[in-house]
Amino acid sequence: MDVMDRIREQVEKNPVVIFMKGTPQLPQCGFSSRAAQALQACGKDFGYVNVLADPEIFENLPRFANWPTFPQIYINGELIGGCDITLELFQSGELKKMVEAAHEKAA
Amino acid sequence: MSDNPRVNMIREKLTAALSPVSLDIEDDSHRHAGHAGAAGGGGHFNVAITAAAFEGKSLIERHRMVYAAMGDAMQTDIHALSIRATAPSEAG
Repeated sequence: MDVMDRIREQVEKNPVVIFMKGTPQLPQCGFSSRAAQALQACGKDFGYVNVLADPEIFENLPRFANWPTFPQIYINGELIGGCDITLELFQSGELKKMVEAAHEKAA
Repeated sequence: MSDNPRVNMIREKLTAALSPVSLDIEDDSHRHAGHAGAAGGGGHFNVAITAAAFEGKSLIERHRMVYAAMGDAMQTDIHALSIRATAPSEAG
């Protein structure tokens, strides 16, 4: 499968997915770590892709939604941003609502 | 002006593109040096920017404006930007 199709598949099949360096259990970057923690604190399952373990996705993800850095967080098929935006949305309570709405829609 | 060339480069690009009313840039690279994710050698910077251009824009739109202003530097000199983008009406 083409790498862009592989990325699209992850974004479409998961209500919430984070492309990160490392895994939520063993993050390899502070930004990825903080974003994954915020998602965990929302109390719902989320998918993750370890971009360090998939060089093809690492190379091509910045082109997918025209966003240059990692992590990238997608909710309901749409890029919501990187670490800063995810944390800001978490602190305002918005992230939890978005995650819950995405799960309801997928159910 | 700072004596940090990458900070100056970021300042010039953001000033030219967004005419900020306030702009703080901090080189945070030393806190990330050596970790596996930073192997590419680009720097980490914290940017706090207040600009009228952000008025009425969503967070993701504001970040996209900052990344657009940085252009190719995001692929070369910069590994990550931590961005706090506010409009003048929100600046505290």
